[in-house]
Amino acid sequence: MAGDRPSSSGTAASSVEFRSATKRYHGQADAALEDLSLTVDAGEICVLVGPSGCGKTTALRLVNRMIELSEGDILIDGVSIRTRPAAELRRDIGYVIQQIGLFPHLTIGDNIGVVPRLLGWDRARIARRVAEMLDLVSLPADMRDRFPAQLSGGQRQRIGVARALAADPPLMLMDEPFGAIDPINRERLQNQFLRLQAEIRKTILFVTHDIDEAIKMGDRVAVMQKGGVLAQYASPAELLMNPANDFVEDFVGADRALKRLALIRVRDIDLWKAPLAQVGEPTAAVRGRIPEADLPHPLVVDGEGRPVGWMSERDLVQETVPAKPDSAAEPLIEIDYVLRDALSDLLQSDTQYGPVVDERGRLAGVLSVEIISHFLNSPSATEHISDPAARATA
Amino acid sequence: MLAQVEIRERSGDSCIARNDFCPGWIVDNFDRYTDPLAEHLFLTVAAVACGFVIAFTLALLARRRRWIVGPIVGVTGVLYTLPSLAVFFLLLPITGRGTTTALIALTAYTLQIIFRNIITGLDNVPPDARDAGRGMGLTDRQLLWRVELPLAVPDIVAGLRIATTTTVGLATLAVFAGAGGLGEQIVTGSNITFKTGVVAAGGLAVLLALVLDVVLLTVQRLMTPWRRAQPA
Repeated sequence: MAGDRPSSSGTAASSVEFRSATKRYHGQADAALEDLSLTVDAGEICVLVGPSGCGKTTALRLVNRMIELSEGDILIDGVSIRTRPAAELRRDIGYVIQQIGLFPHLTIGDNIGVVPRLLGWDRARIARRVAEMLDLVSLPADMRDRFPAQLSGGQRQRIGVARALAADPPLMLMDEPFGAIDPINRERLQNQFLRLQAEIRKTILFVTHDIDEAIKMGDRVAVMQKGGVLAQYASPAELLMNPANDFVEDFVGADRALKRLALIRVRDIDLWKAPLAQVGEPTAAVRGRIPEADLPHPLVVDGEGRPVGWMSERDLVQETVPAKPDSAAEPLIEIDYVLRDALSDLLQSDTQYGPVVDERGRLAGVLSVEIISHFLNSPSATEHISDPAARATA
Repeated sequence: MLAQVEIRERSGDSCIARNDFCPGWIVDNFDRYTDPLAEHLFLTVAAVACGFVIAFTLALLARRRRWIVGPIVGVTGVLYTLPSLAVFFLLLPITGRGTTTALIALTAYTLQIIFRNIITGLDNVPPDARDAGRGMGLTDRQLLWRVELPLAVPDIVAGLRIATTTTVGLATLAVFAGAGGLGEQIVTGSNITFKTGVVAAGGLAVLLALVLDVVLLTVQRLMTPWRRAQPA
């Protein structure tokens, strides 16, 4: 029972196995899902991707019996989903949909507490869990008493995830969870979710029609084609480098090389070292560091090692390093960004390079367009992307 | 007639003699209205309550079997269009004079409005909330009581408000079924020609309708705090 699990996250994950899963609707010639067989290992994100009508959502909803199988079977940890009543089965499976489906009449706290309440947890335990979940998705604790209508789209989406995770289910089903979010926030939510997953390590079935999202989010990607047929089930790197057929090749797109950039994180590659300058330090000392560094512009950092800004020529002729250098430390790149996002930020700035910061905002190095281009041409590029596990641990 | 004249004389007011509208008379004779008002209140509340119980039961049945919505709307629609006086007189030989007859007729009139509003309320539940609820493992019954009905409260109360207001008006005719109410003070004997009396009884009916409406609105607001939540 989920209720007996420790309340801390990341304790359990289930494997999922589709065995010739088939769904046919009465009076329709083509199956919605045709003979799908694939295994998702515990703790992995499996993305089901394909054009509309390919059966990806059907496959997902078969797992929690929102749709009943016509033929075949689905096993969770080796046990058929048919062995339990549907409602009971669903309480052990997190469920996130594109429209989120928060209950408008319940507070955020009550929304998150829905499944724990169904499982019979006591009030105090539910309250603790709600606080934990809000913290997990980086939302303030006082949001508990608000109503869904008072939240932004991105906040609602995170509450949707928190609600699905509340009873600590070993398996999550996510149907286009970021589909209704604007591109900028979607990017952020995807990154947040990947960081969250690195912590909780659930098994996740994730449906999207967006191949970029599939490549970014998936440990393994199942490309589906019309008629509910599985075209290829492989790691994102494999998919980009060896598409199984014309359909997959066409679907992943002509920009396969660029897409590979979505598979590597900034932390996976060697960064430049900028000459560093502490606020208040004599500029003479800083000038002395320039020759041995990878780039000629000193970067001012504060006492905690957080980047403050770039020193201009004018700053350099001052006596000491100013607290407010002429140009800001932009574009600021987080070390967990995938190279594609980082490249996009770099191309939009004047400098073509930017400081990289870790989780605490401290400087980790400098990334430039040149590094990325060099990296793509090096043999190690393939090495990195052929290892999806490394990406998940990042 | 005699009694009426007596009363008018006792109030010792030429206003009454002229059959004008006389507020002073209402103040002096307010006692006459307390019992009819209580009867009127009872008839209205009882009819709406019975109507709600019946309509609610029908709506729950119709939730699983959509095809019965049409027939129910049809039948209650016919009930709704019957002339009320005719219904009172038709019922008299069966249920006799009295409160029962009035209640049956008044209840019948509320069904259409309340039933339609409950169905509308349930239909207006966002499909994604229903889908998410099912997907999280709510049983059908839990979904109904914890998600669908709470979300339908505004529509349901809207129906109750219309039904209540209408019933307050219709209940003035309950006097023809021998069930009393404010109608007694309007249509019995010579009352109908006594302007001040008619205005007083009618005014009380309007006041009753307003008060009941405010009560229902307050209940709804207390039950739906989420509707007043302002986007932050």
